[in-house]
Amino acid sequence: MTLLLNVVALFLLGNLVLALVRIWRGPDPADRMLASQLFGTTGVALLLVLAEAQSMPSLRDVALILALLSVLAIVAFVTRVVGIDNTAKDAAPDQDTRTHD
Amino acid sequence: MIESAMLMLQMILMVVGCLFFGAGTLGLFRFSDTLCCIHALTKIDNLGLGFIVFALLPLAPSLSAGLKVVLIWLVALAASATSAHLVARAVRSGQKADIPKERRSG
Repeated sequence: MTLLLNVVALFLLGNLVLALVRIWRGPDPADRMLASQLFGTTGVALLLVLAEAQSMPSLRDVALILALLSVLAIVAFVTRVVGIDNTAKDAAPDQDTRTHD
Repeated sequence: MIESAMLMLQMILMVVGCLFFGAGTLGLFRFSDTLCCIHALTKIDNLGLGFIVFALLPLAPSLSAGLKVVLIWLVALAASATSAHLVARAVRSGQKADIPKERRSG
């Protein structure tokens, strides 16, 4: 069973490497951010599998933290880099930046 | 007998989860549109994560550890749904305002 767990962990690691290639090549910033989201999901699975394979229960906590922090990375990207409210800012620059589109 | 059946079920679930993860990564490369990539990532990867979580559940040392694994899956689902909507709305508002890519990336 440990062998299978290690093989699964290796496969998930290969997925992460492919996502890194996508981040390197990705033409659009949103594509790069989506690859980062894949890092969140696949990384959680990788950590859960490794927690069983190496019998390190603390890795489950790391997986929980990673799942929580990945959404913060997306929120920071959307609000600061892409600018979810470009139209609102162009129309009225002095308004609150959280205007709905 | 029941042990070997459970082991076989775990192996099948884990392989299916790996197939879903591979399909998600493939979709990230093959789909050209960003919205299609969101579709591939958030559906398929979370399904693969669910399969792997269910495969790992019988291995959990205690009930609380198993519940924690399920909780992590639920958190990952919520995080993925929220971020998918955020990215999709950002892409759509950028298209609607017809902002050139250079300015969107800045």
